[in-house]
Amino acid sequence: MVSAVLATTDEVWTWLAEVADPEIPVISVVDLGIVRDVIWSDGQECVVTVTPTYSGCPATQVISDSISDALASRGITQHRIEIQLSPAWTTDWLSESGRQKLKAYGIAPPSHQRVGQQVIDISRLSRKADDALQVPCPNCGSVHTRMTSQFGSTPCKALYRCDDCLEPFDYFKSH
Amino acid sequence: MPDQKFSYLLRLADNATVLSQRLSEWCGKGPALEEDMALSNVALDLLGQARFWYSYAGEIEGAGRDEDAMAFLRDAHDFRNLLLVEQPNGTYADTLARQFYFDVWHFLLLQKLTASTDPRIAAVAEKSLKEVSYHARRSGDLVVRLGDGSEQSHAMMQAALDELWMYTGEMFQPDATDEAMAAQGIAPDLASLRAPWLKHVGEVFSEATLVLPPENAWMQKGGKQGVHTEHLGYLLAEMQFLQRAYPGATW
Repeated sequence: MVSAVLATTDEVWTWLAEVADPEIPVISVVDLGIVRDVIWSDGQECVVTVTPTYSGCPATQVISDSISDALASRGITQHRIEIQLSPAWTTDWLSESGRQKLKAYGIAPPSHQRVGQQVIDISRLSRKADDALQVPCPNCGSVHTRMTSQFGSTPCKALYRCDDCLEPFDYFKSH
Repeated sequence: MPDQKFSYLLRLADNATVLSQRLSEWCGKGPALEEDMALSNVALDLLGQARFWYSYAGEIEGAGRDEDAMAFLRDAHDFRNLLLVEQPNGTYADTLARQFYFDVWHFLLLQKLTASTDPRIAAVAEKSLKEVSYHARRSGDLVVRLGDGSEQSHAMMQAALDELWMYTGEMFQPDATDEAMAAQGIAPDLASLRAPWLKHVGEVFSEATLVLPPENAWMQKGGKQGVHTEHLGYLLAEMQFLQRAYPGATW
């Protein structure tokens, strides 16, 4: 066996931190928290473990391809992307810098206001739970905002509007 | 019993695929832009879930069929979805009634499946549950909004819920496959989902000022055994057209 580690796992993490999310290009796949692990298998093959955000997210395939490209362009020809479903991805894994970048981009990051309600109990009717959620407007900071639609342009976002500055905006759903 | 597990996984996958296809039919025609996007997003979630179930079913079968072969190259009598999900879209009230009944059941089922003795089933259920909890909240919300809305929306919602009621019995009636899965701890006892389902559906109905159809009403069945309503054939004809006409075509 030729032990030819071409880069340390730390270096690989640094490269992955530059791989952009295809739908929200201001944040990287590392910011998003979907890269769970990087290991060298037998010292030869770089294995990147990824946890998808939503089952039907059309970006998942693109993300895998982008990670592949990033590794290949650094000369890591032997690599593999593994999908890990459990534990399921949660917005708690978004990095702090990822949250800041989202906000600067005009997308309200997941609200911490409802962290205790991550497990949604359907015996409580939803409108009450949603009313309790406070999402500050990413444009003016006002909390006088309301939901227009539970689903936005991508599965991970909801549509909101601000009653103060009257701007519509995307909210990255707490999940 | 790999055969039983294969059949069970097909049920989960087929439910998600068929409902996803129905919801996709609304794309570009939704009654409001937000509704259009919401239904497309729910359809996407279900499609993603179906892929996980089909892949696993294909591996267990060991005949080299992948998720595409499962979805696009099986005929109506091979499909194992509930009759409920293949029912036509009808009016928006019909679509919502179908979604609400299914979402609540789906949520309760996935919740139990997260404790499956099969770790892969538990993992897919854990992932899917997060998405389906959104679906269930949204469809419940809209049933309340329309039921407790105008005279017309109330009447349409009640008629749709009454009409589809007979397709709900199948969700709680175990057959040999369901029983085998329950015996191995892979899936829950289906009958045990009925009480919590009725409780939640009843609460939403009551907030929506709607009347719950009679609990002991006559119920349709057959979907899980491959005996379908005429609607499934038309749905598959459209969904499978490309693969049938141009075998092996890819993007």
